[in-house]
Amino acid sequence: MKIKETDIAIVGAGAAGLTAAIEARRAGAQVLVLDENRLPGGQLFKQIHKFFGSHEHRAGTRGFQIGRDLLKEVEQSGAEVWLNTVVYGMEPDTSLGVIHEDQNTVIKAKKVIVATGAKENYMAFPGSTLPGVMGAGAAQTMINVNRVLPGERIVMVGSGNVGLIVSYQLMQAGAEVLAIVEGAPFIGGYGVHAGKIRRAGVPILVSHTVTRAIGTEQVEAVEIAEVDSKFRPIPGTEQVLEADTVCLAVGLNPMTELLWLTGCKFTFIPAFGGHVPMHDAHMETTVPGLYVAGDVTGVEEASSAMEEGRLAGISAAESLGLIPREEAKERRGEVIRRLNVLRSGAFGEGRRRSKEQQLKAMEAFQAEGDRT
Amino acid sequence: MTGVKYTGIPSKEELENCPGVPDAERLEKGRVACVECVQEIPCNPCESICRFGAITVGEQITSLPVLHGEKCTGCGLCVANCPGLAITILDLNYSETRATVDFPFEYLPLPEEGDEVEAVGRDGAVICPGTIVKVTKISAYAGTAVIRMAIPKEHVMTVRSMKRPKRS
Amino acid sequence: MRIIEHPILETLDTSRTVTIYYNDRPVEALEGEPVAAALMNAGIKAFRTTAKRKEPRGIFCAIGRCTDCKMTVDGVPNVRTCMCPVKEGMRVYHQDGNGTFEKKDRT
Repeated sequence: MKIKETDIAIVGAGAAGLTAAIEARRAGAQVLVLDENRLPGGQLFKQIHKFFGSHEHRAGTRGFQIGRDLLKEVEQSGAEVWLNTVVYGMEPDTSLGVIHEDQNTVIKAKKVIVATGAKENYMAFPGSTLPGVMGAGAAQTMINVNRVLPGERIVMVGSGNVGLIVSYQLMQAGAEVLAIVEGAPFIGGYGVHAGKIRRAGVPILVSHTVTRAIGTEQVEAVEIAEVDSKFRPIPGTEQVLEADTVCLAVGLNPMTELLWLTGCKFTFIPAFGGHVPMHDAHMETTVPGLYVAGDVTGVEEASSAMEEGRLAGISAAESLGLIPREEAKERRGEVIRRLNVLRSGAFGEGRRRSKEQQLKAMEAFQAEGDRT
Repeated sequence: MTGVKYTGIPSKEELENCPGVPDAERLEKGRVACVECVQEIPCNPCESICRFGAITVGEQITSLPVLHGEKCTGCGLCVANCPGLAITILDLNYSETRATVDFPFEYLPLPEEGDEVEAVGRDGAVICPGTIVKVTKISAYAGTAVIRMAIPKEHVMTVRSMKRPKRS
Repeated sequence: MRIIEHPILETLDTSRTVTIYYNDRPVEALEGEPVAAALMNAGIKAFRTTAKRKEPRGIFCAIGRCTDCKMTVDGVPNVRTCMCPVKEGMRVYHQDGNGTFEKKDRT
């Protein structure tokens, strides 16, 4: 077994992991980034739409372009990046078990930043296990990264931004979207994303759900129905759509498996996707030296993940004595200001409240520890 | 239920109260941006791209964009720069009987100048025939094409795009 | 179906291909792409059948989390085909249940 030592190890080379690496390297830390994929960038390379926010969040720039620029920055920074590398475990002392180039390796880092992101939720209905039913993000990976159309006639389940954006991108890739169905009585995502869908002539059916995927070897048709206020399908409202693919855009949940292994403490915030690690304003968890950033701390979006990555990178470097305390504080303040901008308005306000709740849970935990 | 939250289409009231939509008087004067942004989302590239200060969002970037009609030249930079594809340029003075709508378009195939197409409204339904006057796809637009389409004048406030041609 | 021309992304480079075998049938793949993408492009959607109820399964998450797309690749069962890049001559088999390791010729 090989042992590798480094200052800061970062798990996940996505939006949050890459910015964390850039900040930590800038401070002079020795940085190793680990990712299971053959390409870095996480989910950024499937985001082919222009990002929202302001100039400082690179608004108006397409996600994959932001990804390319980040990669270049990481390359120039001198951070070491191990791809095709599975992190299979983490000890309470934060040492990592990884398989790199077919070799079992233990990574002993002074600080570890976990930026593993999130995975898509599943929704059960008759036929939901049939080939042809897939996550909306999976379809997005197929069309925008692998450049393969998963189907030609799509029904999208869920009208949050993921459902709306992926529907649009499926049409850009040449597929036909038959309808977006949404269980709630209103559209979940941005009106401007919904507007693109409607101008393309695609109906968004609120208070509707998918009741059945029909087929034996794969999806051959999809039955949808209207639902009542308790989300129960209303008999007699069923209609069958000649779809070959059902995409599920019904939320995401943080990929926290590694964190659980360390005994780090969690708090439950449904709006963030379930159990999320407690962390402080430095992004440090209840396990000393273990930091988190991005969707693994609670599902938000890529711009926020990139900012959280910066927070974690700055803080981890500070704790190694590489950034003076005052300077670190000032730089974090700047990042938090930008984050607060993203976490505002009718859609962002809830995320800001969830993040506050998460930070408060950490404070309460620490206060408890101080008393005992 | 009407309104953008329920249908994806801004209602008549939402558009009337939208500070980015030009009034009838400004429309009469010629080319002008129509910013149909009716929800408070954190976004302001329309403000940063405008060289004339004709669209302002302000310090709080979730505020709705405000159109200053007197400053807008109808240059159209904002059309391709809006991540929400919510901006069009309207020109009521294109000809005696026809107006033009410049709208963003991110599908293939692109139409060509002179093409006769079907003009659609905010719900995708065909409203009237349209003629493609100009297709602009430059690197600064980062993949978005801006299409100028001539339509009968009376449809200038309802036509917002064209029906996508079938992909071969 | 391959997405060659795209309104936003560059035209897909299809010049570098490899051949893999699905149930001994040749399938053309693009160099470096995951096995699952090559199979999906070839119109293959059912990648395996479940152990107890023999139900078909295919791609669900495409990022290596759900394991619904696992198949037997070069004699190794339960390979996540959405994460496994194609290699020239790779032999991919539909997997029945939990699969078995192919017996290696020991002579």
